[in-house]
Amino acid sequence: MEILAALLGLLGGILAGLFGVGGGILFVPTLVLVLGLTQVHAEATSLLAILPAVIAGAWRQQRYGNVDWRAALIVGLGSIAGVEGGVELAKALSEDVLRRLFAVFMFVVAASLAWRAFRAQPAYPSDDDSDRSRGPSFRRV
Amino acid sequence: MKRPSRQSRLGLLNGVASDASVVRLLGIGLVAGVFSALFGVGGGIIIVPLLVAVVGFDGRRATGTSLAAIGITAGAGAVAYGLHGDLKIGSAALIGLPAALGAVAGVTLQQRLQTRTLTIGFSLFLTAVGIRLLV
Repeated sequence: MEILAALLGLLGGILAGLFGVGGGILFVPTLVLVLGLTQVHAEATSLLAILPAVIAGAWRQQRYGNVDWRAALIVGLGSIAGVEGGVELAKALSEDVLRRLFAVFMFVVAASLAWRAFRAQPAYPSDDDSDRSRGPSFRRV
Repeated sequence: MKRPSRQSRLGLLNGVASDASVVRLLGIGLVAGVFSALFGVGGGIIIVPLLVAVVGFDGRRATGTSLAAIGITAGAGAVAYGLHGDLKIGSAALIGLPAALGAVAGVTLQQRLQTRTLTIGFSLFLTAVGIRLLV
């Protein structure tokens, strides 16, 4: 089970880097279904597990010049206020309700990924027209 | 005709963020923080589209910036849950350390692969796992 969990962690990291979706969407079900954690423990643990992957990912994106550190810092500071509310909410909900909410969240993410893939004009990081789309705003500075 | 979002974007890139864009970024963070802690995810699925729609970033820049912001969000969430005694540090290492290797590989692959088919496959996989969680 431990080896399976580690392999799913690796897979989650690859998918996170590929799609710009955090690994958490895979870490939480892995922790619940493979390692048998409760939904709350899985969510807490997922947040910690995300950190190494996010640091590695941001470091790589930095090399491609894709990180606006000032904006990231402001968003991050704003999020600290919201985090405590989210924790209280998660702990106030029953285990079953939280797990079902998470399942619904997975369907929403799946639908948004599918929509992105089927859209006619590619506009996401995996696409080829990025240089054109970001050109003017950079050169105007 | 200039759109307001364009002006604020230029302001940010010059390093002189206007008050309006700071408020918008803080608002994005607040929403992402609630979401991230509620579901135990980074919140990129919220942050990336909001950076595009509200602040006017392009997709690639939004993704990179979102990753850096998530570092703070997820760190704060882990601390908050940790204070409640909900963290399993061994399990986090078991999954998080291989994931860091995977993320580096994933970003490299992203520059080379046509990901449309993969994206649809991933979407179907998430749906299947979601159903498994429900039953």
